[in-house]
Amino acid sequence: MNEHERLIEQQIPRLRRYARALTGERAAADDLVQDTLERAWSKLHLWRHGSDMRAWLFTIMHNVFINQVRGRTPEQAVSLEDGALDLPDRATQTDELEIRDLDAALRRLPDEQREVLLLVALEQSSYEETAKALGIPIGTVMSRLSRARARLHRIMTGSPGAATLKVIK
Amino acid sequence: MNRLPVTESDLHAYVDSTLPQARGAEVETYLASHSEEAERVAAYRQQNAALHALFDPVLDEAVPERLRTRRARWMKPPLRYAAVVAWVALGGVVGWNLQAYTSAQRTEASTWARRAAIAHAIYSPEVRHPVEVGADQEAHLVNWLSKRLGAQLRAPHLGGIGYTLVGGRLLPGERGPVAQFMYQDAKGQRLTLYVRANADHARETYFQFAQENKVGVFYWFDRRLGYALSGEVDKDELLRAATAVHSQLNP
Repeated sequence: MNEHERLIEQQIPRLRRYARALTGERAAADDLVQDTLERAWSKLHLWRHGSDMRAWLFTIMHNVFINQVRGRTPEQAVSLEDGALDLPDRATQTDELEIRDLDAALRRLPDEQREVLLLVALEQSSYEETAKALGIPIGTVMSRLSRARARLHRIMTGSPGAATLKVIK
Repeated sequence: MNRLPVTESDLHAYVDSTLPQARGAEVETYLASHSEEAERVAAYRQQNAALHALFDPVLDEAVPERLRTRRARWMKPPLRYAAVVAWVALGGVVGWNLQAYTSAQRTEASTWARRAAIAHAIYSPEVRHPVEVGADQEAHLVNWLSKRLGAQLRAPHLGGIGYTLVGGRLLPGERGPVAQFMYQDAKGQRLTLYVRANADHARETYFQFAQENKVGVFYWFDRRLGYALSGEVDKDELLRAATAVHSQLNP
């Protein structure tokens, strides 16, 4: 196994974790990882030696993901910035339920908010890295992160509409 | 002290523990007197923890084979073309090396190994069409290839070392048709056995080893047939497999 293969292989568990959280489905997540890896192999000559392989792979995964989202039928692609979409179900009872609810709640975030939230909260990317991976300004990262967290909180606690917009400085 | 106002971004950076220590302390002071914000920050931290609790187990899952076997799927077209070009160029190489019988014989043997390695590199990454006839029709496969090679073949069974027969195909060789049997282990690792009729019945050889890029080849001749076993595995494992093949074909 050469150095590149090793560097890429090391990242597979993290790519899978992120993809699982992003898609919410095992098979779809691994399809996403596979497409990402295939593209990475074919573009390996573009990777700058010594640069961060993880960041590069997550950038590729983002591009593959948005291409897939764009390819979906319009009914499936519910992807707007905050709208009147949340209809909170109920408050949660047990930890187990809460965790399952979290997965379901994530599905109710717009794709672009879920990506930011997961890169920051789960992948623990810095805001700069997140901005780079997603190809957006850092201010946009911050506003999407703020919205994603507030919205997730609302969905999870069943509290309607509170704490929506905060001014980002 | 002259403090900067605490922004929404500061609160998120505090949630994510990315603030410099001094600024973090200022945010804490701020939260102590802003209970609503403090609750929100606590809830967001809980979100982070819950996300990890829900998805971190994925990190410990076994990575599925389809994501691990780069070779099996992802050998890229340029490499394949290179293999084909190398194959075509061989005719020329062979032509230049016929000065003396011994040297010709040696060259011919290493050319044999080389062709086997190239055939391995071309067909073993195939996902959809790795073989022409699958192992489910083993009897037909062996009969067909035997007929075309003009010698009775057998497809060795390598289950004892963890490889199962995928199937086989017929290929053009430098001196007539060649058979290729393909094997695969549970991880998707593939070996190919390249077989042809041996025109020079006087020649029998022991195992010889050749390496073509990543592909290792053990090759040998018995009275009737020439064999080359190729794989991108380490030499010891390949030798074990070659020994298993040899002992089955020469009981």
